[in-house]
Amino acid sequence: MRLTCTVNGKVETIDDVWPGESLLYVLRERMGLPGAKNACEQGECGSCSVHLDGILVCACLVAAGQVEGAEIKTVEGLAGATDLHPVQQAYLDAGAVQCGFCTPGLIVATVDLLEKNADPSDSEIREALAGNLCRCTGYSKILDAVRLAAVRLEGAGKH
Amino acid sequence: MSNSTLPTKQRDHVEAPVLGGLGESVARPDGTLKVTGDFAYSSDLWADGMLWASTLRSPHPHARIKSINIAPALKINGVSAVLTHDDVPGSKLFGLEIVDQPVLAFDTIKYHGEAIAIVAADHPETAKRAAQAIIVEYEILEPVVDADYAISGKAPIIHDGGNITRHVPIIFGPQNLKADVVVKGEYEVGMQDQAPLGPESGLAIPADDGGIDLYLSTQWLHVDRGQLATVLGLPPEKVRLTLAGIGGAFGAREDMSMQAHIALLAMRTGKPVKIVYSREESFFGHVHRHPGKLRYEHGVTKEGKLVYVKANIVLDGGAYASSSPAVCANAACFAVGPYEVESATIDAYVAYTNNPPCGAMRGFGAVQTGFAYESQMDKIAETLGMDPIELRLKNAMVRNSLMPTGQPVDSAAPVAEILEKLRDMPLPPLTATTDGFDVIELPGGASNVTHGEGVRRGIGYAVGIKNIGFSEGFDDYSTAKVRLQIINGEPVVEVHTAAAEVGQGLVTLKGQIARTELGVQRVVVHVSDTQVGSAGSTSASRQSYVTGGAVMTACRAVRDEVLLYAMEKLGHLHPHLLHFRANYKMINGEIRDGEDHLVSSLADLVKDRVFECTREYRHRPTTPIDPITGQGLPHAQFAFAGHRAVVDVDIETGMVKVIEMATVQDVGKALNPQAVEGQIEGGTAQGLGLAILEEIQVVNGKVKNPSFTDYLIPTVLDMPPVRSIILEYADEHAPYGLRGVGEAPTISSTPAVVAAIRQATGLALTRVPVRPEHITSTI
Repeated sequence: MRLTCTVNGKVETIDDVWPGESLLYVLRERMGLPGAKNACEQGECGSCSVHLDGILVCACLVAAGQVEGAEIKTVEGLAGATDLHPVQQAYLDAGAVQCGFCTPGLIVATVDLLEKNADPSDSEIREALAGNLCRCTGYSKILDAVRLAAVRLEGAGKH
Repeated sequence: MSNSTLPTKQRDHVEAPVLGGLGESVARPDGTLKVTGDFAYSSDLWADGMLWASTLRSPHPHARIKSINIAPALKINGVSAVLTHDDVPGSKLFGLEIVDQPVLAFDTIKYHGEAIAIVAADHPETAKRAAQAIIVEYEILEPVVDADYAISGKAPIIHDGGNITRHVPIIFGPQNLKADVVVKGEYEVGMQDQAPLGPESGLAIPADDGGIDLYLSTQWLHVDRGQLATVLGLPPEKVRLTLAGIGGAFGAREDMSMQAHIALLAMRTGKPVKIVYSREESFFGHVHRHPGKLRYEHGVTKEGKLVYVKANIVLDGGAYASSSPAVCANAACFAVGPYEVESATIDAYVAYTNNPPCGAMRGFGAVQTGFAYESQMDKIAETLGMDPIELRLKNAMVRNSLMPTGQPVDSAAPVAEILEKLRDMPLPPLTATTDGFDVIELPGGASNVTHGEGVRRGIGYAVGIKNIGFSEGFDDYSTAKVRLQIINGEPVVEVHTAAAEVGQGLVTLKGQIARTELGVQRVVVHVSDTQVGSAGSTSASRQSYVTGGAVMTACRAVRDEVLLYAMEKLGHLHPHLLHFRANYKMINGEIRDGEDHLVSSLADLVKDRVFECTREYRHRPTTPIDPITGQGLPHAQFAFAGHRAVVDVDIETGMVKVIEMATVQDVGKALNPQAVEGQIEGGTAQGLGLAILEEIQVVNGKVKNPSFTDYLIPTVLDMPPVRSIILEYADEHAPYGLRGVGEAPTISSTPAVVAAIRQATGLALTRVPVRPEHITSTI
């Protein structure tokens, strides 16, 4: 089938998509956007988190056909031309990246959280990121990164 | 299902420059690529005309293969090749220590999930369906699923040579001593999975010279290459491996999984072949932590001094050996823990069964015994009516204490200090369970159905010990190539090793070392591959030590060559260079003498010359242990860590919430403090997982929960804040005094959490993971 959708602000049209493919497969294997990761492909790990029409979803659980005409934002669409997104920079500065396989999904989920709640409590951060598994860090530095990003975004008046 | 795949970005051959020297929390050179989604993991690779591979695995734990019919798979449109054991040109078997595992099964299936056939097709879904279309006729056999039974002499033999993969006895000190108080206990550890988030994956590309190039995730490129060469029937130099981006490892990537499969398919089809395991296949495709039964008897004086320790340890190694022999030795060597004892009598066995194969996982044999000996220490304290910290302090190892192998611990052993610091750290406040509390704070969180009236607080302590580096006389080395030249008027150092960066930050450390040793700003760290000598495995917490040591040594060799060249060119101006070369420094791109006078800038001296040195580094030699007495000097370095866990347990629901983990660890020297903390926090989380969440459930040889839905790794809701204190007692034998960091936190974390649950509930709790029904069924 032919699929047309907007990805990171750019309209993409792709032919020969097998209807059984997931949005994750289409992004990774047909659009050259491997940032969303394939760690479980059953919606348990959050590594493939993307925004679909502004809603945080696991791309592995969305069928390709469901995104016809939709607007998708992936981790690749977050950074500016010269600077990283403040959430990306905070993950680096806090040491929240080890193997990094969970990182793109966590960053997308953190951006989603901070857009809705500029000053989350630790409890709110934990609840919001509970769907994103990380096996390396033990989450301490991920919490540091979210707090740091919240402070910087607040300071920059982005909310 | 045509494959109109687009190219993804390939990683540059040279990584971004590293800034910052030793002792600083230097940022990762691969960090920016990782946060933007551009870092190329082994599952992200792409090549023109690439095929996708899929594996057919056995649904039975034990069966005879009567026939394999691949014809239905070959008929499917888009399928390029279907291979079985008949298509393996070289050795049909592989293995890390014992070559006993089929590349593709023949004759007998020995575990649930064993690979039987592989397919290459134009789309991953086509490949998967083709693999399922293969018809295998089985004669189902009764599996041997209990390790005790397997080694009892009554069980069917799984491998020629018997079901005991290895038996390690240790006889230390006078035997058959009497003691005032005897405490016995039997403990059980479930099967834990490493569960790295990155699935097993890689890309194999056939080369014009009849060889093959592989880009994949592994912990040891050269040992993969050796095994692949024998399987493919190629000389090693025709098997070239490059490390792709790795999504964690924790031991799961020590054994080969997909490596030989994609290589075979690429060579058969003449096309690049990629594979990416699903999470389910990942659970079947790699080895796990050994489950075990540990039977202990401690003899102690009335005052709480250990007199003897007797331990009988039986680990279930599953169907193939993997690294079981070395895990078994570790279980035996660390069976007493970080304590002095007059007499030890230890028998550790690892058995072949028809359960999933077990091998390396973070902590490697020391985790299982850590849970057992620390549970025993608490039981002894309770029996004597003594404070558990006090009991441990009475028996704590110090420098030059003897291991049960007779080996002295000849560097810092701050066990007492670790315990005291844990005890003295402030405690978190009690969770409010009266008016105004948030249900999310209760054990079980939002799912809690009580009002917190059954919540009890508990505090538990544990300490652990683990070896660093490969043991028992293994020639454990790493290789580094370091090159210095002037590029655009600036000195630039390139560092090239074959060491696997799995997320731990070695890639950062290599740059820090080069920058510090050679006094330059710009360091580029090459992607690891087999173009340089072996780095050894990224395991046993060894890479900072051994590959770090190799980079240090190669840098110093380069420095020496630069100074010799300076003598040649500038000796007439700097006569001291002739005799006092060692006093000269390379710093900030300059050479300075002992009085800090400028000799030359590197740019002016070096000009167009290239200084390049390749060096190997070995930790000090170890020895095998005696096969009868277990005596010897098997270890190069020891690591010590301790934990204090604070938990809330709801005794009505059986739910446990860990409130805080406090930890103290001696790291010798923190070369990158932020990375060290990351290792400590991550290791603590994996220990917590084994304590209350993580177990591969195997029923009559069949794996019941190969998914993240049913195999639970800690989420951010399960993992509490970690309060850590890092001690730095330099190890005089190690580069920069460092002590391997990665594994020690995984050992004491588990028993500390269980000790806290015991304190909260009064239950004995002799098995991990502790499940809610263990708490509710006995109250």
